[in-house]
Amino acid sequence: MITLAYAYIIVGFFFASISILTLLDRANPRRFRTALFWALLATSFWAGQYLGDLGNGLLALALVALAAIGLGQGKPPTTTPEQRRESAERRGNLLFLPALIIPAVALGGTLAVQYTDWGPVIIQEQHKTLVSLVIGVLIAVTVLMLWLRPPLLAPLQEGRRLMDSVGWAALLPQMLASLGAVFLAAGVGDQVGRIFAEYIPMLDTRTVAVSAYCIGMALFTIIMGNAFAAFPVMTAAVGLPFVIIACGGDPARVCAIGMLAGFCGTLMTPMAANFNVVPANLLELPDRKAALNGVIRAQIPTALPLLVANIVLMRLLAFP
Amino acid sequence: MLVLLGIGVVVFGFIVRANPLLVVMAAALTTGLAAAWTPSADIAVMTNAARDTLATFGKAFNDSRYISLTWVLLVAIGLLERAGLQERARITIANVKAATVGRLLWVYLVIRQGTSALGLTSLGGHPQMVRPLVAPMAEGAAEAKFGALPDRERYLIRSHAAATDNIGLFFGEDIFIAIASILLIKGFLEGYDIIVEPFELSIWAIPTAIAALAIHSLRLWLLDRHLKRTLTKASAAEAAQ
Repeated sequence: MITLAYAYIIVGFFFASISILTLLDRANPRRFRTALFWALLATSFWAGQYLGDLGNGLLALALVALAAIGLGQGKPPTTTPEQRRESAERRGNLLFLPALIIPAVALGGTLAVQYTDWGPVIIQEQHKTLVSLVIGVLIAVTVLMLWLRPPLLAPLQEGRRLMDSVGWAALLPQMLASLGAVFLAAGVGDQVGRIFAEYIPMLDTRTVAVSAYCIGMALFTIIMGNAFAAFPVMTAAVGLPFVIIACGGDPARVCAIGMLAGFCGTLMTPMAANFNVVPANLLELPDRKAALNGVIRAQIPTALPLLVANIVLMRLLAFP
Repeated sequence: MLVLLGIGVVVFGFIVRANPLLVVMAAALTTGLAAAWTPSADIAVMTNAARDTLATFGKAFNDSRYISLTWVLLVAIGLLERAGLQERARITIANVKAATVGRLLWVYLVIRQGTSALGLTSLGGHPQMVRPLVAPMAEGAAEAKFGALPDRERYLIRSHAAATDNIGLFFGEDIFIAIASILLIKGFLEGYDIIVEPFELSIWAIPTAIAALAIHSLRLWLLDRHLKRTLTKASAAEAAQ
């Protein structure tokens, strides 16, 4: 059976290759520390389960230190714009087809595990979508290598080219999820709840409680950059004690809409690097380093009315 | 009260624009130390607290490795880009005469939201879809209609391509029953002895999904109007020269 552990080994190999290729690339002005960064990440994927909690914490600390002093970008060999245009004209719309292999395999694998007898034999049921995704990548790369016949190292060099442009931001979501765990262990949620109760009058009435929870989710998500990290804190602080227990809200409806109110916050914050900073970098926006880059400015006029819509929807639907 | 210092660290780090990874780690350590601090706490107590916090962080970091697993996709995307995927998208869309930026992005919004609702979140995304396909297609649509684009409008269109992807994803994915956020809610409520089924949660994401679709459709219609107004003026000025 193909499990998540195998997928981690493959992803570890990907990061390890980036590390080695970076080390050999003299065009990267900071090749040693960049190589070390990816090597540590490879270590995490290969051996994280053997490092112990403190070992993993130290590994995360080292990654943060390297990111803080700055990573460099290499110059992997790739095709010229002219070659790409020529290839695009020659190969036509057939080029779009391989891009669909990965999602098709990810969906196919997920459905196979869910609805067939043989699916769960091949793919670990608990992580069916992630495992299928990695299988899809392997199939897509095999097809592309056979079809396009690029140099053997091309998939790893092209992967490095894109990974370098994303840089340390690649790790922010995982780090934020970890920060959420620390906040919860320290009881940050309880404290925030006490402050809300102290400063917001009539927090035990439905409209006030719902507004405080939704706006709190959005604001906390803006600060943390991640609705996943904000959810346990804000729900423990306001959602559960006030909206659900004091006002009698339905837990499923309150939490489902509360999470989406948090997503409105995600649209408005540069802390959500994956969604708001990474695309600004990938699309080479001139204001990509600004706190409110073009992507965030394009999203705010949708996010604010939608936050109001979430408040209205929760108020109308969550108290059956 | 002191444990809230960690939130303060995040806010401060955000304002001074320190490296976000550094901000996150500093906030975690501050929170852990603040939780352990008492007036009588000595160095040994605080050292232990720092070590425990780092262990809590490390355990969570290791447990959530799957979040960073998806980067392996870039291998396949990079190979396709090498063979001219972005160039192909431009050629294709430039030949579609009817497409405007707003209509093109609207179609993408509907597809992105619909496929995310089916659990196909990896069908889109910035490295996978926006950079190689959607943004060049949207630029191509504007170029076919108005000719060469001024930088300002080019970057505006790119920003909207990324924004449309995010909005379609965020307000579609929660309709799918096996997405991380839904499982997180279920796990959280179980900790408080409230048992909910993923299906109960996902069905209540639908009203917000409809609201998001309505609001963003209006935004894209307004984007088309804005582009038409500014770019027609620009090309008229060019023709007059």
